[in-house]
Amino acid sequence: MTMIFGVPLMVFMGQLMLGLINGAFYALLSLGLAVIFGLLKIVNFAHGAMYMLGAFATLLGFQYLGLNYWVALLLVPLVVGGLGMVIERLILRRIAHLDHLYGLLLTFGLALIFEGTLINFFGVSGSSYPTPAALQGGMNLGFMFLPTYRAWVLVAALVVCLGTWFVIERTRLGAYLRAGTENPALMQAFGVNVPQLITLTYGFGVALAAFAGVLAAPLYPVSPTMGSSLLIVVFAVVVIGGMGSILGAVITGLAMGLIEGLTKVYYPEAANTVIFLVMILVLLLRPAGLFGKEA
Amino acid sequence: MTFNSMTFNRKTLASSIALAAATLMASGAQAQMSDDEVRIGYLADMSGTYRDLAGPGGLEALEMAVEDFGGEVNGAPIEVFSADDRNSADVGANTVREWFDTRNVDLVAGLVASSVTIAATKVIEENDGLGIVSGSAASSITNEHCTPNHIHWVYDTYPLANGTAKAVVEQGGDTWFMLTADYAFGHALEGDVTKVVEENGGEIVGTIRHPFPTSDFSSYILQAQGSGAKIVGLANAGADTVNAITTASQFGLTQSGQQLAGLLIFLNDVHAMGLEDTQNLLLTTGWYWDMDDQAREWADRYFERVGKRPTMVQAGIYSSTMHYLETVAEAGTDDPETVRAAMAERPVEDFFSRNGYIREDGRMVHDMYLARVKTPEESTGEWDLYEILATIPAEEAYRPLSESQCDLVNN
Amino acid sequence: MSTTALTPAMKLQRRASRRRNALYLVLIVIGLLAPLAIYPVFLMKVLCFALFACAFNLLLGYAGLLSFGHAAFLATGGYFTGIMLASYPGLTPELGILIGTLAAVVLGTFFGVLSIRRQGIYFAMVTLALAQMMFFFFIQAPFTGGEDGLHGVPRGELFGLISLADNLNMYYFVLAVFVIGFAIIQRTVHSPFGQVLKAIRENEPRAVSLGYNVDAYKLVAFVLSAGLAGLAGSTKTVVFQLASLTDAHWHMSGEVILMTLLGGVGTLFGPVVGAGLVVSLQTQLAQSPLGNWVSVILGLIFVVCVLSFRSGIVGEIQKMVRKNFK
Repeated sequence: MTMIFGVPLMVFMGQLMLGLINGAFYALLSLGLAVIFGLLKIVNFAHGAMYMLGAFATLLGFQYLGLNYWVALLLVPLVVGGLGMVIERLILRRIAHLDHLYGLLLTFGLALIFEGTLINFFGVSGSSYPTPAALQGGMNLGFMFLPTYRAWVLVAALVVCLGTWFVIERTRLGAYLRAGTENPALMQAFGVNVPQLITLTYGFGVALAAFAGVLAAPLYPVSPTMGSSLLIVVFAVVVIGGMGSILGAVITGLAMGLIEGLTKVYYPEAANTVIFLVMILVLLLRPAGLFGKEA
Repeated sequence: MTFNSMTFNRKTLASSIALAAATLMASGAQAQMSDDEVRIGYLADMSGTYRDLAGPGGLEALEMAVEDFGGEVNGAPIEVFSADDRNSADVGANTVREWFDTRNVDLVAGLVASSVTIAATKVIEENDGLGIVSGSAASSITNEHCTPNHIHWVYDTYPLANGTAKAVVEQGGDTWFMLTADYAFGHALEGDVTKVVEENGGEIVGTIRHPFPTSDFSSYILQAQGSGAKIVGLANAGADTVNAITTASQFGLTQSGQQLAGLLIFLNDVHAMGLEDTQNLLLTTGWYWDMDDQAREWADRYFERVGKRPTMVQAGIYSSTMHYLETVAEAGTDDPETVRAAMAERPVEDFFSRNGYIREDGRMVHDMYLARVKTPEESTGEWDLYEILATIPAEEAYRPLSESQCDLVNN
Repeated sequence: MSTTALTPAMKLQRRASRRRNALYLVLIVIGLLAPLAIYPVFLMKVLCFALFACAFNLLLGYAGLLSFGHAAFLATGGYFTGIMLASYPGLTPELGILIGTLAAVVLGTFFGVLSIRRQGIYFAMVTLALAQMMFFFFIQAPFTGGEDGLHGVPRGELFGLISLADNLNMYYFVLAVFVIGFAIIQRTVHSPFGQVLKAIRENEPRAVSLGYNVDAYKLVAFVLSAGLAGLAGSTKTVVFQLASLTDAHWHMSGEVILMTLLGGVGTLFGPVVGAGLVVSLQTQLAQSPLGNWVSVILGLIFVVCVLSFRSGIVGEIQKMVRKNFK
C-alpha cells in the first residue's frame, strides 16, 4: 500500500475529502461573518448562536410542524435571517456609532442569552435529526465510503458561497454593498438607503449561518452548545482570510478544513488548536490576513 | 416502603446496634443530630454537558428519598439544598467548602464530573465530612484519590471496561481500535480497556486521542475504518460518544463489518440518539429501569414526577440517600465518621443495588449488568431501550482490593 | 516643605487627593472588618477576581487595548504556583505566588511582543488565539492534571510562620495582596507613564509624533497587566488549593470583560465593583432556583451594559458626581 508519511494513501485521501467538507462549513460560516464585518464592522459573536438556531429551527419544525428537510432549507434561513434583521434594527443600530468593540461585546451577550435559554428548555445532550430520505446511503469512492449527505453538504455549501460571491462582485446590489463598505457617507449622499442596506446585510449574514445550521442538523446532534465551539474556529478563519474579505473567507475556510483534516491524522490531540497556530503565523507575517487590505 | 427491605443478616444487625450503642455512650445523652437537623447538599452539573444524566432529575430523586423517609430522622428535620457546579472543579470545591463553613452540611450528594468530584472530596476530607459520589466515572476516585470521607456509589470505569470489553472479546471481537477522549478520564478508561482486552487474548491495533470536546468525528471514524480492527472502542463520554456513534452510523461503520463498543453510555444518550443509530450496541450499566419489578416500580414513581425514565445515576442517588438516612436513623447520629462506618456495616440491598456492600476504600460494589441496545423493531416504547444480557457479579465487576493503590487498604 | 503660596488649582488638587485618601482609608477599614460579617472564602474569591479585573482594566481602560486572552495569565499564574507548592512542600506560599506571577510576566512579555502591534479587533483576535494555544498546552502538559485539574495544593504557612489554613489569616493575606496590586495599578495610572498611556489611547499617531516609543509603552502596560493577572491567579490557587482549566478557558476572558464593563472601564474602582457583583451573582444564583439561568442573566447584563450603561456603575456615579458638584 502506498504510504504518505506513514499513513496509507487511502486514509490520506479520505481525510482530504473530509477536510474539504468541514472546510465548506467553515467557508459558509466565515462568509457570513465576513459580509457582516465588511459593512457593519462588527465581529458577530452571535454567529454561532444563529447557526445553532438554524439547526434547532429545523429540528423543532420537523418535530412540531412536520416540516421536511427541503422546506426547512428554504424557510429556516429566511426566518432566522428575519430575526437577525430585527436584532440589527432594535439593538445593533443603537451602537453603530460607537467603537466596534462594543458590537463584539453586545453580540457576545446575545449569544449567551440564546444559548442559555435553549439549554433550559432542551438540555445539552442534543437530539438527532434524520437524514432526508433522498440523501441516505453513500457511495464508494474507491478510497473511502462517502455518505451521500456529506457530498450534498459540500456541493450545497460551495454553490451558496459562489452564489454569494457572484452577487457581491457582479451585481448592482453587490456594488452598493461594496461601496457601502468603502464609504457609507458618500453612498448615503448618492441617495442609497444605507441603514436599510445594513439591515439587509446583517440579515443575509445571519441567514447564511442559519443555512449552515440546517445543513448541519442531520450531521451532528442538535444541541444549544453546538455553535459556541465552532464559533471560535470560524473567527480564526475570518481573521486568517482577512476580515471583511469575501473571497478570503471562502478560500481560507476550505484551506483550514484541509489543514485541520491532516492534523487529525498526524497529531489528533492538536486538531482544535492548529488553526490558531496558523492564525498567529499569518498575522505576524501579513497583519491584515491573507486576502485583506492593509488599513 | 417495600424497596428498602431490611433483609440484612443478624450479625450485621447486631454489630450495628453495638456501634450505635457505643456512639450513644461516647457522646452522652446530648442531641445526636448536629444542629438538630440533617443537612444534605446536592452538587451537580445543572446546566452543562452532564445535566441530563444527573442534574435536576437527580435532585428530584434525592427529594423523593427524603419524602419517602418521612422528611425527618428521629425527629430531626431533613434539609436539602443544591448548587450547580457548572462542571468546574473550583466552583464545586468552593461550594462544598462554603457548605461546611456556613451551613454545616452533613452529607454532600450528587457529584458528577470526575474533576469536580476529586476536588470536592478533598474538601470533604479536610472538613471531616461525608460525601456520596453517584455520577462520576473515574475509578481513581476510590483508588489513588480515595479518602475515608466519601463513598462511590453507582459505577466506575473499571466495571465498564471489565464488563463490556470482556464480553466483546469473548464474542470474538479480539482486535480493537480505541477512540479516546484526551483527558484523564479517557486515559483511565483506555488503560482499563487495554488491560482487559489483552488479558483475554485480544489486541489493541490503534489508538486515537481526540480533543475534548469534539463535534466532528468523521476523520477519526475514517481512520478507525482504515485500521481493519473488528471493534472500535469509545473511551469517551456524553456528547463525544453521541457524536462518535452518530458519525459511525453515517459512514456505514457497522455495515463494513466493524462493531462499536461504547464504554460509558447512559440511558439519556441512547434516548437522544435514537435506536436507529445505536441498535445492538453493547454496554455495561449499573442499573436499568426495566430490569425487574422492583426497579420498574420505583422508575414508575419517578416517571410520574419527572416525565422521564431515570438514568442509573438518578436511581443511585435515591438508593444512596435512602441508605444514608436509614443508617443515620439507626445509628442515632449524623456524625460523619460513625455514619460512614455504620453504612459499611449494612449490606446495600434495594431496588437499585443487588449484593451490594461498601468496601474499605469507599467503593460500593454491587452487581453490574451487560446490556444490548434494542433494535427499533424490538423496542415497544420510547424508553424501551436495553435488553439485559448478563449479570456481572459484584465480586467480579470492580477492581479487586488486592490491586488497590488506596491508602485505606492494607496491601 | 515649601512655603510658597498655593495656587487655586493646586488647592483643588490637594483637596481632591485628601478626599481620595480618606476614601481609601474607609475602604481599607471596610476590608478589614468585612470577614466579620461575610463569609471570608467568598470575600477572597471576590478580591482575587477584583485584582484580575483591575489588571485587565489597566490594559483596556488606560491603554485602550481589548485583550480577549487574559484567562491565559490567570491560569498560568495559578498552575505554576500550584505545581510549585504541591511538589515542593518546603516552599512558603508567598514564594509560590511570586513564582506564579513571574511565570505570567514571562508569558505576558512573549504575548505582548507578538500582539501589541495589532490594533482593535485584530489585537483581540491575536490574544484570543494565543490564549487558545495556552489552553491546549494546559490540557496536554503532564503536570496540570488536564481536565481533572491540579488538586491538593497546600495553603502552607506564610513566611513559614503564620498558618494560612485558617480562613481569617488567609483572608488578611489576600487582602494585603490585593491592596499591593491595586496600589501598583493606582500608582501606574497616576504616573507620567500612565499619562502617556492615556495619550496613546486617545490618539496614537499624535503620541508617535510627539516622540514617544508607543510600542514600548504598550508592551510595558501589557506585561504589567499580565503579571497582575498572574498574581490574581496565583493567589486564587493558594486560597482554593486547586488550579483548573476553567481559568484558562476563553469564557473566563469573556467574564473579566463583563466585570470590567459592568463596573466601569477606565475607572479605578469599576473593576472591583464589577467583579464583586458578577461573583456574587454567580454564587447566589447557583444556589437558587434561578441557578439554570446564570448564563442568560450574564448575557442580559452584557447587552444592557453595552446599550445604555457603557460607563459602568462607577463611571455613571462619577458622571453624576461631576455634574452635581461642579
